[in-house]
Amino acid sequence: MNVLMTGVGGQGIILASDILSEVVMRAGFDVKKSEIHGMAQRGGSVMSHVRFAGEVASPLIPYGCCDILVSFEELEAARYPPYMNGGTTVIVNRFRLAPPSVIAGKEPYPDVVPILKGCSGNVYLADGTAVAQALGERRALNLVLMGVLSKFIEIPETLWAEVIADMVPERIREVNLEAFKRGRTIDLVRT
Amino acid sequence: MKKILSGNEAVARGAFEAGVSFAAAYPGTPSTEILETISELYKDIHAEWAPNEKVALEAAVGASYTGARALAVMKHVGVNVAADPLMTLPYTLVRGGIVLVSADDPELFSSQNEQDNRHYARFAKIALLEPSSSQEAKDFTVEAFKISEEFGTPVMLRTTTRISHSMGVVELGEASPMKAPTLERHPAEWVMLPANARRRHPVIEERILALKKFAETTPLNRIEMSDASLGIIASGVAYQYAKEAFPNASFLKLGMPYPLPERLVRDFASRVKDLWIIEELDPFVEEMVKALGIPCRGKERVPLCGELNPDIVKAAVLGLEIPRPAPQALPPRPPSMCPGCPHRAMLYALKRNKCFIAGDIGCYTLGFLPPLDAIDTCLCMGAGINHAHGMSKVFGPGEQKIAAVIGDSTFFHSGITGLANLAYNSGCALVVILDNRTTAMTGSQNHPGTGVTISGEKTTDIDLESLVKALGIPWVRTVNPYAVNETRQAVKEALDSKGPAVIISRAPCVLLKTRAVPGTVLEVDPETCTGCKVCISLGCPALEFDGEKAHINGVCVGCNVCAEICPAGAIGGGS
Repeated sequence: MNVLMTGVGGQGIILASDILSEVVMRAGFDVKKSEIHGMAQRGGSVMSHVRFAGEVASPLIPYGCCDILVSFEELEAARYPPYMNGGTTVIVNRFRLAPPSVIAGKEPYPDVVPILKGCSGNVYLADGTAVAQALGERRALNLVLMGVLSKFIEIPETLWAEVIADMVPERIREVNLEAFKRGRTIDLVRT
Repeated sequence: MKKILSGNEAVARGAFEAGVSFAAAYPGTPSTEILETISELYKDIHAEWAPNEKVALEAAVGASYTGARALAVMKHVGVNVAADPLMTLPYTLVRGGIVLVSADDPELFSSQNEQDNRHYARFAKIALLEPSSSQEAKDFTVEAFKISEEFGTPVMLRTTTRISHSMGVVELGEASPMKAPTLERHPAEWVMLPANARRRHPVIEERILALKKFAETTPLNRIEMSDASLGIIASGVAYQYAKEAFPNASFLKLGMPYPLPERLVRDFASRVKDLWIIEELDPFVEEMVKALGIPCRGKERVPLCGELNPDIVKAAVLGLEIPRPAPQALPPRPPSMCPGCPHRAMLYALKRNKCFIAGDIGCYTLGFLPPLDAIDTCLCMGAGINHAHGMSKVFGPGEQKIAAVIGDSTFFHSGITGLANLAYNSGCALVVILDNRTTAMTGSQNHPGTGVTISGEKTTDIDLESLVKALGIPWVRTVNPYAVNETRQAVKEALDSKGPAVIISRAPCVLLKTRAVPGTVLEVDPETCTGCKVCISLGCPALEFDGEKAHINGVCVGCNVCAEICPAGAIGGGS
């Protein structure tokens, strides 16, 4: 299984992919994950590849082999068509963060849904940001989206909860577990 | 016990299991987390940030002279800085194991070049290990220390970004005890005068032959026979890409690509029909294999530039077009300086004084991006000061407005000598030290100017003003960059002084807890805003323009720089 997580530096993608990796390892899989740090913190595009199977060779997902794409931001979902195939499950968080050229008024923020529908027949929209805001913790967005993702991976919810409890600092544990739970029951809008 | 570790965390674990006593590094992507992990998790190891990579390697060598095991860690271009000790180090006697980690960056995710540091191993005539996974990153670190002591050689452990920053499952091992230091004297082997070094050179040549013999039989190098119609020689992450692309091919996996195991290569070549060498960047292994007269293919199809992936490897071997995803019409999202970054205000002041700005390596290099367009050069650590000196010297004092900007960490790394040169040779450039009290770009590491060590202990804090004055700079002023008008005035006066001048632009990085911004969001009064876009020229992610008016979004931290420069006085307040 190949999962691609995309978004913008600071959205909590690295912790989310760490949690997924730990969950699948505890479920008995070999797992590899690859992402780019460094400049990522400066508000640039971020992507994280997570691959799990009996044995994984390449840390990078081959083109056309992404099973699930989870994007924390709308525009960032549309940057990776080469990794997708007609059956890729695409989960897009309904949140727009304007990139520099849009901020400067040079071009409009694009509608990425048509691009995504051109790549895959399984495109879902989820308002994870609203769920996190309702919890009073915007930074719990990553756990909301892990909740959404967990519905597409056959691993018991209890294992996810166990890993989240182990990996998230105590003072924000409860809100993150709740975020995960709400993510599992979020309204997914198929486009 | 199994754990998911990044390649960097695995190297740190390997150092712990190898009984390393001393580890030193200068932060540099993708290597930084190795020393951070050692400091955080393996507290018995003495870990320290060095001001630069040369210091790190030399200090590690000193530690190894006591018989203790020592590790020096750096990014690929850091090895250039450490190249002086590295090239003579193999002449000296090894007591405790000495291992240099070089973390290369194919694809230049966060670097100024994508040099292939495997060449350094051959250049210095030392053993080279290249792990292909987190497990190997740990195991090879342990092995590197064994080889170092058994053969009396420094060892280079070379990773790349996709090894350093990829995570995988690692089976942990037990820690070995650290070796107690003892003081010995080996002047004939440690004092590299010509007479001694001349006697030591043959030792290197004999050692490399012994290492070659070892490379033939060590399990670090292994043949995996399968379908003999395709044989692939690979190392590092390229091995994983090739394995993904051709799971049924036969492989010669080189965990130790230098010195090359000649007999093993010949044996493998004789057993396969079509032989390919798959490696990122330069044809390092390929040229050695071809020099043996063995027909093989590689860089005639495998790209020389950028990182590989399973699809590129597959296309190269099958003779298909190399896949290069088409450039998208989507708005790009490059990294940028943070909202409220003090560098932005200082660069703006220099721009308004119409300076040519020689840049350096750090977050401020991002000031290159439009609309700020503030950086005119960036070559390597410490280069900016010297560029500005050379340029302004040729023009003559006061002829052109030429400035250099350099961060505080970069200044301690390699800016001090440049400033000494500027004073000594009566230069006329303006040097701005962007003192944000941290090594920001690599994730906020301490340095000799912060007064805190890697482990959080308080230590001496070098006073920049005194240092700059002691170097002989006659015009020195410290400014608060958020005070835009005063800063612009200081730049003007510094340029008018026509001599070497230094402005210390001091404000903590906005990502630090000590930041000097209030964290409140400012507002634009739409009635007063004239849509002149002066604020937009700052390139701040908090400032948006809708075609008529400016707006401030939620990422604003209230640094007030835009309010100060707004000609209409339309920005202010906020909640």
